[in-house]
Amino acid sequence: MVREILVVASKDLRTELRTKESINASLSFALTVLLLFSFAFDPTAEQVRQISGGLLWLVFAFAGALVLNRSFARERDNDCLEALVASPLPAWALFLGKCLANLVLLVAIELVCLPVFGVFYNVNWARRPLPLLAVLVLATWGMTVLGTTFSALTVNLRLRELMLPVLLYPMIIPVLIAAIELTTTLVAGEPLQAEQWVWVRLLVAFDIIFTSLAVAFAETVLIS
Amino acid sequence: MRQKWIYVLLGLAAVLLIRNLYVILYVLPDEKEQGPIYRVIFFHLPAFFTAGLCYMAALLASLHTLLRQSSRADALAVAATEVGLAFAAVNLITGMIWARIIWGIWWTWDARLTWALICWLIYAGYLMLRHAIEDPTQRARHSAVLNVFAFAAVIITWKAIEWWRTQHPGPVLSIRGARGAMDPAMESMIYQNWLALLLLGAVLVALRLDQERVQREVEALRRQAHAKA
Repeated sequence: MVREILVVASKDLRTELRTKESINASLSFALTVLLLFSFAFDPTAEQVRQISGGLLWLVFAFAGALVLNRSFARERDNDCLEALVASPLPAWALFLGKCLANLVLLVAIELVCLPVFGVFYNVNWARRPLPLLAVLVLATWGMTVLGTTFSALTVNLRLRELMLPVLLYPMIIPVLIAAIELTTTLVAGEPLQAEQWVWVRLLVAFDIIFTSLAVAFAETVLIS
Repeated sequence: MRQKWIYVLLGLAAVLLIRNLYVILYVLPDEKEQGPIYRVIFFHLPAFFTAGLCYMAALLASLHTLLRQSSRADALAVAATEVGLAFAAVNLITGMIWARIIWGIWWTWDARLTWALICWLIYAGYLMLRHAIEDPTQRARHSAVLNVFAFAAVIITWKAIEWWRTQHPGPVLSIRGARGAMDPAMESMIYQNWLALLLLGAVLVALRLDQERVQREVEALRRQAHAKA
């Protein structure tokens, strides 16, 4: 079971590392957006402290949509998707494997963006690395589960590059709100306040609810 | 037969709406603090309730589509969502008019306003996905899955934004535990107008269902013609 998920995930990661098509595009896009924000807002040190979470998560959400778009679109060539669906893998294992690969890619992109953000905006972001990493993983998983599902829903559409963000962004607003609140505090080097734990709970609940929904509907989405 | 029922319901809705408008504009007095603008609430709240019911109907229809692969349930899901979006737009726009007069601004990022807007965007995304998928079977199944996701997202977003901020007036209806917050004559008018809007909503959904049925017939005929050619 776990092996099947890992097989799909490693297949996806290996393909991506060999072609580097979405990771290169997504990374350079993320860095460009980071650069553009500095022109758009020209923030002072105090302002950066206040907007760091929002700025980072907008970059992550934009870059994420690019990676997620490719997740199923990559399988269109040579009818790979049909082969995957016809393989003895259960649909949900195929789906979770893809989610896992996307999670690894996205978190990797985020971990490259953070030091760049630190340099460009003169922020010492790594004062609470472990809680920050936990927030990154939790929030990115929420984004990934929805994004991978929608990537599968839109894979055969002519307008898929446009449809995915239109569907994805309104639905991940709870994740973004929670991640922005938590990231702003953690990047500033402060500990989480008692009332901020509600956001951690929100992230966990969001992840559980949508992972279950996605797993339940994986077969309907993939096999039709 | 069915057409006849639609006309009957439409007539009822029209009579009720005209009568309600008369009562709202001429019989009920101005509100003590807000003046005449408070009358917006007679459309604002019922439109919201109707939209909510439409979204729920769409959820049930989508679940039915997934379980039974019924194309009629799929037609109901799209009809209810479209009508729901129209009523949600009425809710948003009447709310903005009220806010301009009472708060002095068209829009504020208050919890309920933000949430209503996000709901609108989510369900608009559902309709866009439908338009983009050409194969009818795939359209029914994929959009039904999206509808279930949308409903879950709407609920979670509500919680998230409630924690985030709140400025909207609290509940005024007595069934929401706010007994005595509103004059009974005014509150009963809200329900009466809700009935009118519900009837109107039912007529719109029925009309949209008919359109959807005809459209399917046309598509089937076109496929047949292509197959023969």
